[in-house]
Amino acid sequence: MANYSTSEFKSGLKVMLDGDPCSIIENEFVKPGKGQAFNRVKLRNLKSGKVWERTFKSGDSLEGADVMDVEMQYLYSDGEFWHFMDPQSFEQKAADAAAVGDAKQWLKEEDLCEITLYNGEPLSVSAPNFVELEIVETDPGLKGDTAGTGGKPATLTTGAVVRVPLFVQVGEVVKVDTRTGEYVGRIKG
Amino acid sequence: MSSRIWQPAASLEAMKARAELLSTVRAFFADRGVLEVETPALATHGVTDPHIHCIEVPGYGWLQSSPEYHMKRLLAAGSGPIYQLSRVFRHGEAGPRHNPEFTMLEWYRPGFSLEQLIDECLALLGQWLRCPHTIRPFRHLFAEVTGLDPLTCPPAALVTAAVEAGAPQGLDHGQSADFLMATQVETALDPATLTVVTDFPAWAAALAQVREDEDGVPVARRFEIYHGGLELANGYQELTDAGEQARRFAADNQQRAGHGDHAMAPDPHLLAALQAGLPPCSGVAMGVERLLMAIHGYRDIRQVLTFPTQRA
Repeated sequence: MANYSTSEFKSGLKVMLDGDPCSIIENEFVKPGKGQAFNRVKLRNLKSGKVWERTFKSGDSLEGADVMDVEMQYLYSDGEFWHFMDPQSFEQKAADAAAVGDAKQWLKEEDLCEITLYNGEPLSVSAPNFVELEIVETDPGLKGDTAGTGGKPATLTTGAVVRVPLFVQVGEVVKVDTRTGEYVGRIKG
Repeated sequence: MSSRIWQPAASLEAMKARAELLSTVRAFFADRGVLEVETPALATHGVTDPHIHCIEVPGYGWLQSSPEYHMKRLLAAGSGPIYQLSRVFRHGEAGPRHNPEFTMLEWYRPGFSLEQLIDECLALLGQWLRCPHTIRPFRHLFAEVTGLDPLTCPPAALVTAAVEAGAPQGLDHGQSADFLMATQVETALDPATLTVVTDFPAWAAALAQVREDEDGVPVARRFEIYHGGLELANGYQELTDAGEQARRFAADNQQRAGHGDHAMAPDPHLLAALQAGLPPCSGVAMGVERLLMAIHGYRDIRQVLTFPTQRA
């Protein structure tokens, strides 16, 4: 990979720091009067998700990280790995539990997900912002209650549990916002 | 990519503020009998300063990072007091307070002591900024904030303090002092005050004369003026000795080599002018964009540039 000097650091640039791939969030140039210039840089460690703040001498460089975001289709899980396929090339990749993280509770076969690849292997998986999943278990709602006050828990096919209005029943498909884990609405079959 | 990028970054208000500032500057110097001059922005030689990187123009030379060398040649030729509003260029300097191309107000006063020049700077700044000022020697200010006297403490103590404050590894004591100055001392300056910092370490003399302070420690005859933590001006009791100038050029290039930078050829015209005789003088440079930021409270230099580097 190419090396990038501090003057090329910009938001979104992927670089290697302490052996981990990082994405630059912010780069501030500071220079006292006549002296040595520095760059104060905020980076997100793409493995841990933590934000690091580091100061570099201006002109120092970091190695670029072989990181890219691709859209892939979720195929299945074998319990240890989650398997995805590039819809164009049909190439398959296996992501482990650490890479799939919280996204696993929203993954439905054939849905398209954004996968961050590091050296060609999945580093992280983002579920689609909205998913449509079937309810497999929920208490029968009380008749006449359509206001949805409070709601009730419902288990979805993927195992995720979301709060739904009382009138929603087993077998129905609901739309969920994966960023908040909130019920958005019913999908009429 | 957004198509809004064709539009200026500065508001019409900021553009008018700049025009007014420039006419105030011209009236101020006309009143005082200081001549406005123009010197080249493009010349065969750049500066050797280890912390300034000139932009090379193949086939021509270098875009000037300051009009200093040419203005000193005018002074040596007998121009008398002169000022200039010029565009200057510095590679790699871009951020909330820096743009690779900016406007510099630079002036020279033959026969002025550094104290007289500081007074003149404060008189000019007083055209716009009604705030108190304080004059502080660098070592006292630095010690007050960091607990270290940068001129007398062991060099290793500066390096340790900088690393503890988050500096990168491998800095020498001068770079460590720069780091602490930029990240700790400047940010601790009183926001509604003009702070004149004097008597810089001799290692940061650049083109200023060096003398001993009251404790016998060598210090540079150099000052900087800050508005809050924003640096506005940098002035020198100018070096007039051609031999000392040649030694500083060589020392700069040695330092550049130590940082892995290419050497810069010493400007033979400046050395010849010093040999011919530069009158004793003081000189100062003020960043026009920084002035606009201080006067009108702009937080980012891009607010006062019609087309900052990202749009130019």
